[in-house]
Amino acid sequence: MKAFTKLYDELDSTTSTNEKITALKKYFTNAPADDAMWAVLILTSRISKRVLTSRSLRESFLRITKYSNWLYEESYSQVGDTAETLSLLLQSLDLARHESIAPGETSDKSLSNWLEVDIPELAKIKDEDQRAEKLLSFWKELTPLEIFILNKLMTGGFRVGVSEKSVVRALSEVFNLETDQVSHRLTGATDPGAENFKRLISKEKLESLPSQPYPFCLAYAWSERTEKDWDSQRWCIEWKYDGIRSQIIRRAGAIWIWSRGEDDISVSFPDIAELFAALPDGTVLDGEIVIIKDDQIQSFQELQKRLGRKKVSALTLKNTPAAFIAYDCLETGHEDIRQISLRERKQILEKLMTPLLSKKIRLSPTLNAENPEQVEDLRALSREKQAEGVMIKDWSSSYPVGRKTGYWWKNKVDPLTLDAVLLYAQAGTGRRANLYTDYTFALWSENKELIPFAKAYSGLDQDEINQLDYWIRRHTKEKFGPVRSLEPFHVFEIGFEGIAASNRHKSGIAVRFPRILRWRKDKKFDEADHLTTAFKLLDGTP
Amino acid sequence: MKARAWHKIWNIKTVNNLVRATSEGLYCEPGNFFIDPWKPVQTALITHAHSDHAHAGSAQYFCAEKCLPLLKHRIGHENKYHALKYGEKFKIGDTVISFHPAGHILGSSQVRIEYKGKVWVVSGDFKRGEDPSCDEFEVVHCDVFISEATFALPIYRWESGEVTAKKIFDWWQSDLERPSLLFCYALGKSQRVLAELKKFTDKKVYLHGAVENLTEIYRKNGIDLIDTAPVASMEKGYSFKGDLIIAPPSAHRSTWMKRFKDPQTAFASGWMQVRGVRRRKGYEKGFVLSDHADWIELNRTIEQTGAKTVYLTHGKTDVLERYLTEKGYEVRLFKTEYEDQEEASS
Ligand SMILES: [Zn+2]
Ligand SMILES: [Zn+2]
Repeated sequence: MKAFTKLYDELDSTTSTNEKITALKKYFTNAPADDAMWAVLILTSRISKRVLTSRSLRESFLRITKYSNWLYEESYSQVGDTAETLSLLLQSLDLARHESIAPGETSDKSLSNWLEVDIPELAKIKDEDQRAEKLLSFWKELTPLEIFILNKLMTGGFRVGVSEKSVVRALSEVFNLETDQVSHRLTGATDPGAENFKRLISKEKLESLPSQPYPFCLAYAWSERTEKDWDSQRWCIEWKYDGIRSQIIRRAGAIWIWSRGEDDISVSFPDIAELFAALPDGTVLDGEIVIIKDDQIQSFQELQKRLGRKKVSALTLKNTPAAFIAYDCLETGHEDIRQISLRERKQILEKLMTPLLSKKIRLSPTLNAENPEQVEDLRALSREKQAEGVMIKDWSSSYPVGRKTGYWWKNKVDPLTLDAVLLYAQAGTGRRANLYTDYTFALWSENKELIPFAKAYSGLDQDEINQLDYWIRRHTKEKFGPVRSLEPFHVFEIGFEGIAASNRHKSGIAVRFPRILRWRKDKKFDEADHLTTAFKLLDGTP
Repeated sequence: MKARAWHKIWNIKTVNNLVRATSEGLYCEPGNFFIDPWKPVQTALITHAHSDHAHAGSAQYFCAEKCLPLLKHRIGHENKYHALKYGEKFKIGDTVISFHPAGHILGSSQVRIEYKGKVWVVSGDFKRGEDPSCDEFEVVHCDVFISEATFALPIYRWESGEVTAKKIFDWWQSDLERPSLLFCYALGKSQRVLAELKKFTDKKVYLHGAVENLTEIYRKNGIDLIDTAPVASMEKGYSFKGDLIIAPPSAHRSTWMKRFKDPQTAFASGWMQVRGVRRRKGYEKGFVLSDHADWIELNRTIEQTGAKTVYLTHGKTDVLERYLTEKGYEVRLFKTEYEDQEEASS
């Protein structure tokens, strides 16, 4: 764990990409293969499994140390992160190892050992006292920074300040490989183990695993500048659907479905997988999974009902009929065809798909635009077409790795917006600890009550954040732990990508990707929008 | 951190209150003097030379002998000063006062006030950790202790200055291809770092102008510091590659920084204990080094003074208030205009 902690510390204490790569190279040169593979998975956010919730981590701590609850809460509200708060309180209680005492002398457990033995064993303990005991025994052998890292590994969602690009570059420089090769091998890699690391850095041209997807090509946001020389012959325009971007892999007699987040989501869509059994072996398709009911593409919320379960029930399958809309073909006859042009790939795709086409398997239609104005017209039409915008792709382009400028663009519709009242605030985490930056916004109900409808974290600049933080501290009505309820006063314009009815929320609606567009200092709080306005948005175009 | 909405402010004139908070500062009626007043008064007792504690304009000043050169530097040489040795008793009005080391910066003091057999101690700012650049904190037994509470949260726990200085040294040495810019408070923290670094190296350290003069005062008063030179004394083309430069936080991201090509930056302060604070302030590296007491030191000190009544002046006063109250102390808050001199976190 020491070597990984050192790496984390080095990555965390510089903003220079070169220094980050130097630190990574140093680590990968010396780390044993099994530790190195874990490190790759952690640094590229491929492991986010949660063994314990932050809450149960905190409960265990309070149980074993009999720590005062309010003092914990005060500390937490200053730090804004459970893993970090605990590491600092353990240090304060002398329950962490002191860094300066005999460095390197105590036995240092490897990263793999922690992740493969200790943490899984802890996860098995059901008795809360025993679990707390076990946690304490872990913490006692670690320094505060190591405790922070261990806590993060247990609670999932550990983010390290380094890009996947840097990790790939470091690996390719240490092991003398092409970056595209490392990048490809890394795609779909989710399993630890020394063998997997050796595959990742092997000099030989390896048969890829049958399940392995290609790196997804990502689009850049369309900008004014790119529209200057419009050539209608050059651009392929398609709807951009609000679903799960996926690759269908038909190889070795089996089917895999990978999401863009590089999760194997085959189990979530057995109905789709089944239909692609008719696809010839050695085929990979790129497309979008959506839920289609009565020929209407459903909201993203419907799609989410399919995710995160070991098995999808027959009822869910029936209630959320999935469909695949194909954009592209990346492999045919066991051959990687990413280098040929989009035009040729589309032709191959059409040929492959024709015998399969149905309500549940569709080809993404190609649209036409003679000039940029027509692109805008299409974009404006997209919500009606149940899309969230248009994709603009260069007909002559190959299928590039990752986000490469010039070939793929996305042009999304303007977000839906509502003016809402700031009602609650909570201190942020990480960079925003100590500042009230997590906001809850509310709309007026018919009987003149403010009902929370969205949380948003971003959209203000630093000055506005500071200004608002100052105001929040002086206009708090009540404190509940880290949350403050506020006097209704400030109005913000909240933008979001989608809206759906929801009986889980008091407001009766759920919005997707809410964010602050503007601080409406010109509006009084009683001028904010009503819930009825939000309900009108449910029916389509505002 | 100042001007928060206090839930409780005791500002009542009672015979029991030897010291009370007024709009000018902490006031002792039987002695007719103020301690660290923020407005001009007749008689001011100064705990230390930080700008939130030492204000100009009063008719006469009392301070510890070792505080005098720094105080003169800060508020002018022309004032009427009375400098006392640590522990030396002096009668003012009906009270007897004395200064005792607070361990905060050079010359920093607690003020002991004795009146009719009762003893009150005003801590000023203080710390308990070892510091080669000033006298060690002295525990003074008292009935009432008036304490700071800058870092009164259990998450604040300091390592020794020597351990942290070693980390600073290692950070500096880890990249000799770039200048290393260390930001820290110009009075006290900078000189503490310079004194600690002497244990690890005899390389020269470069100073921002704001740090330079204060450092000279320390040196003249017999504090052993590593060799330094002003940044401004170096010729124009000098690159500072591999050099350590100490500057106040106000210089961070200022035009002054343009002088250094691609520097690595760090900030030394107690606030650096929290990762989010460091990121928000935009420093690459944070060193946890404070001249204020941490949570454990605050509590230990209060216990050691034997005081049963504690007044809190600035910092995380509400947390410490609740904690001490639960332990059976009589706790009150003084509203003051003292600020944290390590750069407040919010
Ligand atoms: Zn001070
Ligand atoms: Zn102070």
